[in-house]
Amino acid sequence: MNHEKLRMVTLVNGQSVELDAIALLAPDAFQTVVADAVDVGQRVASLFAAPARQRGVTQLFAVLVNTQLSRLHIVRTEIHGGQYPSLTNRCPQVHLFEREIAEQYGIKPVGHPWFKPVRYHESWTGRDAWDRPAGEPILPGVCDFYRVEGDEVHEVAVGPVHAGIIEPGHFRFQCHGELVFHLEIALGFQHRGVEGALIGGPDARSIHYAETLAGDTTIAHTTAYCRVIEALSKCRKTARAQTLRGIALELERMANHVGDLGALAGDIGFLPTMSYCGRIRGDFLNMTALLCGNRFGRGMVCPGGVGFDMDDARVEKLLRQLDAAEKDATVAIELLWDTPSAMARFENIGRLPKQVALDLGMVGPAARAAGVEVDTRNDQPSGVFRFTHIPVSTYDTGDVFGRAYVRWLEIQHSIQFIREQLHTIPSGDILNRAGSLLPNRIAVSLDEGWRGEVCHVAITDDDGRFMRYKVVDPSFHNWPGLAYALRNQQISDFPLCNKSFNLSYCGHDL
Amino acid sequence: MLNVIVSRLKQGHRTMVYPSGPAPELPDRFRGRPSIDPEKCLTGCRLCSDVCPGKAIVVADMVRIDMGRCLFCTECSTACPQQAISFTNEYRLAARNRQDLIVVPGKQEALPAARLDDRLLGMFGKSLKLRQVSAAGCNACEADTNVLGTIGWDLSRFGIQFVASPRHADGVLITGPVSRNMRLGLEKTFLAVPEPKIVIAVGACAIAGGPYADHAEVENGADNIVRVNLYVPGCPPHPLTILDGLLRLLNRI
Ligand code: SF4
Ligand code: SF4
Repeated sequence: MNHEKLRMVTLVNGQSVELDAIALLAPDAFQTVVADAVDVGQRVASLFAAPARQRGVTQLFAVLVNTQLSRLHIVRTEIHGGQYPSLTNRCPQVHLFEREIAEQYGIKPVGHPWFKPVRYHESWTGRDAWDRPAGEPILPGVCDFYRVEGDEVHEVAVGPVHAGIIEPGHFRFQCHGELVFHLEIALGFQHRGVEGALIGGPDARSIHYAETLAGDTTIAHTTAYCRVIEALSKCRKTARAQTLRGIALELERMANHVGDLGALAGDIGFLPTMSYCGRIRGDFLNMTALLCGNRFGRGMVCPGGVGFDMDDARVEKLLRQLDAAEKDATVAIELLWDTPSAMARFENIGRLPKQVALDLGMVGPAARAAGVEVDTRNDQPSGVFRFTHIPVSTYDTGDVFGRAYVRWLEIQHSIQFIREQLHTIPSGDILNRAGSLLPNRIAVSLDEGWRGEVCHVAITDDDGRFMRYKVVDPSFHNWPGLAYALRNQQISDFPLCNKSFNLSYCGHDL
Repeated sequence: MLNVIVSRLKQGHRTMVYPSGPAPELPDRFRGRPSIDPEKCLTGCRLCSDVCPGKAIVVADMVRIDMGRCLFCTECSTACPQQAISFTNEYRLAARNRQDLIVVPGKQEALPAARLDDRLLGMFGKSLKLRQVSAAGCNACEADTNVLGTIGWDLSRFGIQFVASPRHADGVLITGPVSRNMRLGLEKTFLAVPEPKIVIAVGACAIAGGPYADHAEVENGADNIVRVNLYVPGCPPHPLTILDGLLRLLNRI
């Protein structure tokens, strides 16, 4: 075991290494390393397949997050043929990764406890892990669902099209009266083939895929993408660019957090906070637009730096807008905490125990609200976060209130961070053009998006093109947490619970 | 309760005066309608179309930019050695006809037609209920459509509302390139809306596939499934662009 551990490659966030530096482990050693690492508190940030040089062989890569050391570990193995023994029973947090690998590469994880497609598409290799006849249409959400049998048990099916302006997904509840025994979530309706299309890049579209992986997380995903490019081309960013990226990232976080708090208030019919926050969210989006002309930060982050510079007038305007938004947000949000009838609807609803959050490998505010101290800005800092420290906001209830309150704590930290940064933006250029990518390397980049850890991994081929590009949106880790939180809840609390996680459909479906 | 009243006083009245007053201020870096200078463009170099991620530029007898495919990334204007392409702050981009989204060099830009035909206008002009369908949108178009319902924009003052059931709707507002996996969901929703009905396509994705155009996994926009009455370009369009389109569709401005 110790011997194998030594063969893990260790990186810092945003570093690249030669592919050959990553020793090939035997499949069982690979599994032991991953499972043992998780046992001692590491987390699987990504587990994915990639082609090998030899035909019929597939490589598996695992990226492990070691919070204690602020380091990332990479291990790999090779699968010969179409199957391997599933790791999920030993290590539940890889359950969805194994299904994804099966769907993309047609490799069966033998013994997987709930072996279903993830996004409902044909495999990339022509080999089908479910032995479905070639050419037969694959229909999203059409498959077995977990069922509770019994005279008084009934099933409720919701979606893909929902009541509001919201992305599509399918939810199946097993209920006894109003009580939910189990919720199963089927996604994949938003699948638009982004990971497949990134292979062979970078090209003119690559950065636009990054910007729209989850359109409300443009800055976090694009920063992760650009850091991968920079690591593979040995491009150095300027301090000024790093600071501006950090400001944009925190603006993105605040816009979404404020919007979520408003939507949570709306779900319990508490209209004052809902109305105010809906508008204040727009104020934060407009601050992003002040930076780069677009409310979602399109065009702000680009390989080698940022696309738009800051000037004194802009700094001043931003500071003024920040003050005003802070004042408004404080009034709007504290009203929520001060209203007992509102709090009664938040407390003890949709509880997620800390151990479950750990077992599922959850990230972001949903994990922090359950007491898990995980925040990429703190654990795997990159860019400006190497020089400034944003406290990790946690709570210990794991309920809707916890998830709401953590957001409020984070909003306050982000405001303070931006204010400090705006006063001390380093001088210099904003862009160093990134050159072509080095061949046969692997780079890993993490970012703390507003929903949690965004993870990008790129592997280059002999020509320095993407041989594989793997994206993990935080939602991929967290959707099962929402399903768990619904257990023993009233079905009428689903919208509230759902909003308290507010996960991405397109970020999951890619 | 007192808290609520105090907070209400502090927040004040924030609904914008537009359209009876000026439109809300757009950021100085806002990228609206592209403009091509015929004096500067040396038709034939194709540097702009080579870098375009949206395949929005066709270079033939002249350079044409299709706003329906444009992501407003400005790569084309950066690539042009002559600075022939620029982006104006014109936010009024929505059009009834797909053809009206094509920008050609130098042409004096008249506002494209967006008004509904008289019969439909008579029915929907004062009250329009829409069912929104996200069909693989990235959630930015969705978010900036949703924002029109907040107090700042207050869409319902125009009689426009988003409803929960297609049965209650007069039309469908579509975002996203229409993934193969959402095609059936969109078709069923559309069928469930009673006749007569209208379709509004918001964003580059819904118009022509956006950044995902020509992926096997998508249908390249709503046009290929249903007949679209209003196209709203952008990635995503600014809320003002969407609102302007809706209001011109209903002949309200
Ligand atoms: S701004 Fe539009 S036309 Fe120009 S390169 Fe970008 S997508 Fe193409
Ligand atoms: S047009 Fe752009 S913003 Fe709108 S859904 Fe498509 S990618 Fe997202």
